[in-house]
Amino acid sequence: MAKTLTQEFTKGLWEEIAPFRLVLGLCPVLGVTTTIENGIGMGLATTFVLVFSNILIASLRNIIPSKVRIACFIIIIATFVVVTELLMQAFAYTLFLKLGVFIPLIVVNCIVLGRAEAFASKNDLLPSIADGLGIGIGFTLSLAALGAVRELFGANNLTIWTTPNSVIGIQEVFGTNFEPFTFMVQAPGAFVCLGLMLCLMNLMGSK
Amino acid sequence: MRDLLIMVVVLTVLSAFSGGLLSGLRNATAARIEVQQLKFVKGPAIKKILQGVSNDPIADRFSLKDGDMVRKFFVGKFDGKANTVVLESSGKGYGGDVGLMVAVNMDDDTIVGAGVTTHSETPGLGAMAKDNPAFVSQFKGLPIAEMFKVTNDGGKVNAMSGATITSRAVCAAATQTGSIYQKLKPQLSEKLKEFNK
Repeated sequence: MAKTLTQEFTKGLWEEIAPFRLVLGLCPVLGVTTTIENGIGMGLATTFVLVFSNILIASLRNIIPSKVRIACFIIIIATFVVVTELLMQAFAYTLFLKLGVFIPLIVVNCIVLGRAEAFASKNDLLPSIADGLGIGIGFTLSLAALGAVRELFGANNLTIWTTPNSVIGIQEVFGTNFEPFTFMVQAPGAFVCLGLMLCLMNLMGSK
Repeated sequence: MRDLLIMVVVLTVLSAFSGGLLSGLRNATAARIEVQQLKFVKGPAIKKILQGVSNDPIADRFSLKDGDMVRKFFVGKFDGKANTVVLESSGKGYGGDVGLMVAVNMDDDTIVGAGVTTHSETPGLGAMAKDNPAFVSQFKGLPIAEMFKVTNDGGKVNAMSGATITSRAVCAAATQTGSIYQKLKPQLSEKLKEFNK
């Protein structure tokens, strides 16, 4: 049974939200989510790659020979990742400095290749765009949520976005006397947070 | 046979398209990326190695032709006198090129300061070349004409532990700035005279 475009879009936001339901693409999820801002930036970069690779793969799906499809997908994905990297360097350099090595790593993010293989190579253009957008935004939201928890307890801040002159967000949420758990912004904190969030998602889903 | 041909053609066309797109985009964004790097990476690095400078070295920059290449130089004024020039070069590190800025005092040909700018080295190991100023501060006061080498290779520079390749890259970059400096010294001092007017 074919789903409507809206269903294709919304399934990525909850039903198949990639890091929590499918536990895919964990490298950036654990690596960059020290602040909300990094999470959103990384999520949007991945969304960009996901949507454009889905568009190209869906439109070329009848031309690409099935024996070399993975190689073709990787060429397309890698191209868009470098495009993202160049654009980010040109227009959001401070964000690029923070995300650094994780941007090129989008190439090996299994969500992107996963959507290409499982969805875009079998569906028309429009559902593929909806799918890419949905999964991408779901990924962004998961990163932002994880980033929010880690930044709140680890650094006592909630930063949505920083411009050279000002910071959008709340600084020192619990007041100046609060001693931040630095554990939360380090790598083990990421695993603990992710575990707790998975647990929460499963509790909510099991009802 | 036909299948094989299609595969080759599709992959070739796809790769060619991708290469063309990327090189076009790279050219289109190169100027903007350079401005951003000057503002966020090189600017602060230059300010750090030229402490106590009385002008804005980013504004007082000029380019010179070195063979086919155009190199950028930044001028530092101390006590109102332009006697320091910042050169840029890079060495091959563990994760790619390691960019290095070296400030040279043109009066006595010694290094005023050095700083790592762009790099993609391992955080905590090679990246310490940028984060921990102790390593690059070894270059301070050394004559620029020297060949810089880490102690393992028979030189004077103490390598960072766990990051010998990065240390070598920085030494190679420093040596390269030395040779650029020697080669372009006459033009450089001409240029500096203009800044002293």
